[in-house]
Amino acid sequence: MTDRPYLEFERPIIELEKKISDMRDFSAGESIELSGEITSLEKKLNKLRQEIYSNLTRWQRVQLSRHPKRPYTLDYIRMMTTDFIEIHGDRYFADDKAMVGGFATLEGRPIMVVGQQKGRDTKQKVIRNFGMAHPEGYRKALRLFRLAEKFELPIVVLIDTPGAFPGIGAEERGQAEAIARNIRDMFRLKVPIVVVIIGEGASGGALGIGIGDVVMMLEYSWYSVISPEGCAAILWRDAAKAPEAAEALKPTSDDLMKLGIIDSIIPEPDSGAHSNPEEAARLVKNAILEALSDLQKLSIDELLERRLKKYRKIGEYNE
Amino acid sequence: MAWFRKSKQGLPTHEKRNIPEGLWTKCESCGEIVYGKKMEDLLWVCPTCNFHFRIPSQKYINLLLDDGYLEEYDTNLTSADPLKFKDSKKYPDRIKAAQQKTGKPEGVTAGMARINGIEVSFAIMNFQFIGGSMGSVVGEKIARAIERAIECEVPLIIVSCSGGARMQEGILSLMQMAKTSALLAILHEKRIPYISILTNPTTAGVMASYASLGDIIMAEPKALLGFAGPRVIQQTIGQDLPEGFQSSEFFLEKGFLDMIVDRKELRKTVTKLLKYMWRR
Ligand SMILES: [Zn+2]
Repeated sequence: MTDRPYLEFERPIIELEKKISDMRDFSAGESIELSGEITSLEKKLNKLRQEIYSNLTRWQRVQLSRHPKRPYTLDYIRMMTTDFIEIHGDRYFADDKAMVGGFATLEGRPIMVVGQQKGRDTKQKVIRNFGMAHPEGYRKALRLFRLAEKFELPIVVLIDTPGAFPGIGAEERGQAEAIARNIRDMFRLKVPIVVVIIGEGASGGALGIGIGDVVMMLEYSWYSVISPEGCAAILWRDAAKAPEAAEALKPTSDDLMKLGIIDSIIPEPDSGAHSNPEEAARLVKNAILEALSDLQKLSIDELLERRLKKYRKIGEYNE
Repeated sequence: MAWFRKSKQGLPTHEKRNIPEGLWTKCESCGEIVYGKKMEDLLWVCPTCNFHFRIPSQKYINLLLDDGYLEEYDTNLTSADPLKFKDSKKYPDRIKAAQQKTGKPEGVTAGMARINGIEVSFAIMNFQFIGGSMGSVVGEKIARAIERAIECEVPLIIVSCSGGARMQEGILSLMQMAKTSALLAILHEKRIPYISILTNPTTAGVMASYASLGDIIMAEPKALLGFAGPRVIQQTIGQDLPEGFQSSEFFLEKGFLDMIVDRKELRKTVTKLLKYMWRR
């Protein structure tokens, strides 16, 4: 499914877009005036898009977060920042290519940016391990966070992972320890942290770089304790029940906003970030800049106190 | 009699294996059959292979704490159903069933106690309660146990036993990892000791948060530990897992455990450690 250039529910939109584009070509080639027809088709397209996108199921939204053309972390870094200089390695074991990061400049403002990286084609997917980091990825992230703290640079985290990698090497090198340490230590980093979930936010693999003073989600990203497939495999004993699990887990940006977990939703252009990556990057960048300028007004003590309180209060129970 | 009935019906169910109650008990590791009363004296440790059977939290309270006494806190916290979660069962029905099965309101019991006279903030997870899974209540009770350690300036002891975060509370469960770890950062800065005791099994969300953040991390022998479950790893990599993978012994070898401690030595070992780490 992920190898097709579009998702099933996108098909009517893609078809109409093609029809409009064909008509344009024809009109230009034959010097025939078709602007009336084109305008009316474009209206139809907008209406169709509105109809489809306002009625997406949670599972369809999860699929959008995994759209084969969706911009990834390095795409956002390229589109949003200048002077990016990538930093490699955890200084213990290896350079995990599923986790990237480095210094970058955001509208003249120096930052440290870190995030999981997925691969576009088959070869890249393997190199990036499908965006699933090993312990060395989490340790590399922490190393970069410490650098940011040392040189007083705000941290921007871009999350896009189907989970931390479940493998033999990952266990041997302490996947659980690496994630736990990151979560704990991020609470005491003396610089502002802005987190954006840009695609998939699966479980501890996401949270392992996910503690922030401001946490935002792109409209069609998801964030939960487990992937819908994983949840379906355990609770329904059938991974094919992922659509049901997605409904039950409530992992969409709207769900997390309602549950009070995130600070804001960054809307996506047109039919999602993949349909207009430059515009998506502009919206993400503006949201980050706004968050950073708010956070900069706080003293370090206020910042850390606020960060602790933000997470201390999460949970719903009867007492 | 129970054992004979079980043997006729094939393997006992997973839950029944947790607390063997029949006259005779079969070790799930080596197959040795031991007289039940004798197992009680042996703290439910197999005399042949040293396999540590899973025991209810009350038994740990008895063997770890002075007079087997825990001044319990936060007993009135019970789970809500923030997602209105339903799979084959509604979440509130699962909670009710777990409460009936365990006689406990939730998956963790916490409070203040003494270990050889040293006052501690103590929490213990109960695997019988939905696999020891961590939802909002477990996270909150652990958080408050950490806060009591900070406020009263006493060491923190947590006995973990958990399959991970509780899926039925979605993102709220995941965030309990953040909440508990945040407070452990404060405890850490106050230089108050935290001993994390891992029992079979401790995995996923609990292992990737407070269970892995002890100043000292110890585990019972042959416990299943780790981030991902063995089945998930097997499916992901498409090959068989090496013998003893993700056991306590494996993690000691890899450098992620300080020690493996027999159940009967737990109290003594904790006391000895606290004498070095806690002299206030
Ligand atoms: Zn045995």
